[in-house]
Amino acid sequence: MNNIYIKKSLLHFILIVGVVISLGPFYWMIVGATNPSGEVLSFPPTIVPGNYLLENLKNLSEAIPILKALFNSALIAVIFVGASLLVCSAAGYAFAKFKFKGSNVIFSSFLLAMMIPYQATIIPLFQIFGALDWINTYQAVILPQICYPFAIFLIRQNMKGIPDSMIEAARIDGAGEISIFFKLALPTMKPALAAVGIFLFTHQWNNFMWPLIVMTSSDKYTLPVALSTLAGLNSVDYGQLMLGTAISVLPIMVVFLFLQKHFVSGILGGSVKE
Amino acid sequence: MTSTTKRLEASKTKKGFITPKTAPYIFVLPALLLFLAFTVYPIIASFLLSFQTRISGVYSFTGLDNYIRLFSDPVFYKALGNTFIILLVQVPVMLFLAVILAVLLQSKLLNMKGFYRVSFFTPAITSLVAASIIFILLLNTDYGLVNYILTSIGMERVPWLSNGLWAKISLIMVTTWRWTGYNMVILLAGLQNIPHDLYEAASIDGASSIKKFFHITIPQLKPVLLFCFVLSTIGSFQLFDEPYNLTGGGPNNATLTITYYLYNQGFGYFDFGYASAIAYVIVLFIAVLSWLQFKVVKE
Repeated sequence: MNNIYIKKSLLHFILIVGVVISLGPFYWMIVGATNPSGEVLSFPPTIVPGNYLLENLKNLSEAIPILKALFNSALIAVIFVGASLLVCSAAGYAFAKFKFKGSNVIFSSFLLAMMIPYQATIIPLFQIFGALDWINTYQAVILPQICYPFAIFLIRQNMKGIPDSMIEAARIDGAGEISIFFKLALPTMKPALAAVGIFLFTHQWNNFMWPLIVMTSSDKYTLPVALSTLAGLNSVDYGQLMLGTAISVLPIMVVFLFLQKHFVSGILGGSVKE
Repeated sequence: MTSTTKRLEASKTKKGFITPKTAPYIFVLPALLLFLAFTVYPIIASFLLSFQTRISGVYSFTGLDNYIRLFSDPVFYKALGNTFIILLVQVPVMLFLAVILAVLLQSKLLNMKGFYRVSFFTPAITSLVAASIIFILLLNTDYGLVNYILTSIGMERVPWLSNGLWAKISLIMVTTWRWTGYNMVILLAGLQNIPHDLYEAASIDGASSIKKFFHITIPQLKPVLLFCFVLSTIGSFQLFDEPYNLTGGGPNNATLTITYYLYNQGFGYFDFGYASAIAYVIVLFIAVLSWLQFKVVKE
């Protein structure tokens, strides 16, 4: 009995240390965001939130167009998730529920593309968007990854669960292929689509290298790019830097906390069978 | 029956174009077009570009010139070396931690599993830029919290970001912080698939926990571990956000990664041909390493 108690305490102790390391930096960020710059790097460190949040926000929005960046990030992520879910679930549905010529070749090449680092594509992509005169536009950030092979793969795995007899029955009732997809396949896939959607949202929200390359004026910066330029400024106000970081992290954390069950399954999905 | 057939006939004539035969093509078409335009074409174009050099504003084929230049470029070797050092240190350390955490979280003695799982996973949803910025301040040599803790327990200040060796260590720490929970979740799923009877049989044979860990858990986890290895290896070759924001590749190129070098050549000097050659070296390395890892595990 006693032995179990000791083991249990030791287990919790190790894990709590882990939690402090994992979450500590976030807590420290929130403290920093609500305190004046000097407090962020003071000895001994300030560990309680202050009341300097509004001042930091004012300074931050004077230094960079942070609200514009928030808007850009949200707009890009929402359009991207909508478009990608539509395109990827249509493809996933076709691979799961139809036998057609070329299906294996197309599906395998999607999977193969997952192994190729996207850096191998950025220079021609930059040239394509340059030729279209689309540098510094939302579509230049959104378009390249709408066909997201991992999402197609996950949706295909889930769509396989729809019974063929259900689709057959709808056909016999005279439903067209398009309406079977929208009125039958998609609604039954809601949980899976939510998981994949959250995954895609996080991916786009945190995306950095490509927006950094393709967005050339500060009114088009997404949050990570705006933050990166803020950190690069010479005289840095740490309170405002922490606030900017918090603004980029907190929305996604809130979404995650509410939907974490779906989220984790979205990340794991078909990659590892649960 | 006849009415059903009639309706079926009616739907066929009405829908004419979209039949069960043509439907899959229509459903795949948008994805396929986007894939061809923004993945396949760039991969091919980038390959062709890697054999071209811009001479007075015009790209022309110069054969292997870019690759020859690459293999005599000391900065390229430096970036490649840095990437491998980070890969060889970071990935094993991170996967070791992830396995330990996953196994601890499986313990029957433990309550609050959900809380721990969410806590460890949270860093994985943070943008790498945000994580880098938080750590720039935490690791500040003079004022950072980490050095404050070190000096208050009587240790020396560490020049985390300003010394070549320590900058590499910082980069490894930040990536480990970001990705351990992610791998832990994948490994947890893997652990749940290990049949219980294996452990029960071992317990009856009197095996210790440590023995069970090395003789059941690790071998059973092998495919999932491999999956994590491959993902992390690919990730290491793509390391860009963290060095760009944390150290700017410095000091003295000590944290310049191969992808960062690609970015510098492509978008610092707009040397697209040379940058494409670097991209293809990355592709090649990832292909070879993934293949090797699968081969090793099959043995």
